[in-house]
Amino acid sequence: MCSGYPTPVYAHAGRGDFRDVYEPAQDSFLLIDALETDAERLRGMSPSVCLEVGSGSGVVSAFVASVLGPSAAYICSDVNPAAAQCTAKTASCNNVSLQPVLTDLVSSRGIEAAWAGGERGREVTDRFLPSVAQLLSHKGLFYLITITENDPEEIIRLLSHQGLEGESCLSTRAGNERLSVLRFHRKQQT
Amino acid sequence: MKLLTHNMLTSHVKGVIKGYPLLIKATEVKVNEVEFNPQFVCRMIPKLEWCALVQAADQLGHRQDLPGELVPDYEKNEDFLKKVHRVLMEVEVLEGCLQCPESGREFPISKGIPNMLLNEDEV
Repeated sequence: MCSGYPTPVYAHAGRGDFRDVYEPAQDSFLLIDALETDAERLRGMSPSVCLEVGSGSGVVSAFVASVLGPSAAYICSDVNPAAAQCTAKTASCNNVSLQPVLTDLVSSRGIEAAWAGGERGREVTDRFLPSVAQLLSHKGLFYLITITENDPEEIIRLLSHQGLEGESCLSTRAGNERLSVLRFHRKQQT
Repeated sequence: MKLLTHNMLTSHVKGVIKGYPLLIKATEVKVNEVEFNPQFVCRMIPKLEWCALVQAADQLGHRQDLPGELVPDYEKNEDFLKKVHRVLMEVEVLEGCLQCPESGREFPISKGIPNMLLNEDEV
């Protein structure tokens, strides 16, 4: 399959000043693949604001920015100061404009927050899910990368109760687990 | 931190009712040259808290002749859009802090990134 949009430069992530930043891995690339598959749909929607929760290296937002261009604002939140700085560097390396902000979703710090997860690996996600219905515009899309342990079907059910329709739009095997990108949109009023 | 970002930030310190807009105390400000994208500016304007933007620009000494109120029919007013573009995207606070207008709590800005993380006792 031919890649229409190049993967952003991210070699600086995970080393030197950014050694404590989550280095792009299989989950990052699956999310990028899902966004690339939806590129024309996303461009057609012409969004104004894109928010990434847990931007890490910033590679995913940088990718979205390369697809959608400079007509949208790209806000990247993370709890790791090194990640916020790394996101800024990723933006400049890829000639896109991203707005990193250090904001709090969990009480732990640094790279542990990326791994901790808690029960079923859902501690972080569960604190954020209730906000999704509030934040998403009437024609917006919400993408969430999950692993089998997170129980993606339950996440879909949970968000369905909040008026968001979801499905797995791309998935792949990762060791004994399955990585899935879930995509949600507002249920249309009939 | 660009003023576009500042316009979205609010203090969530426990007990605070209105932690917006945050006062900017800047010790290092930079003005970059950013490509003017009129479509982007037009889309951001309706989302902005205009007074907070003007106040922020003022606090940085970069307001210049940005009007206190939105001009009507701004979509076609390139002159006005360029002024908004400059304040929104070109002025950048590199070092300083943001102060909660109610609690006085300061949120540091370091290397251009605002730190809104709260301590455990503030959540």
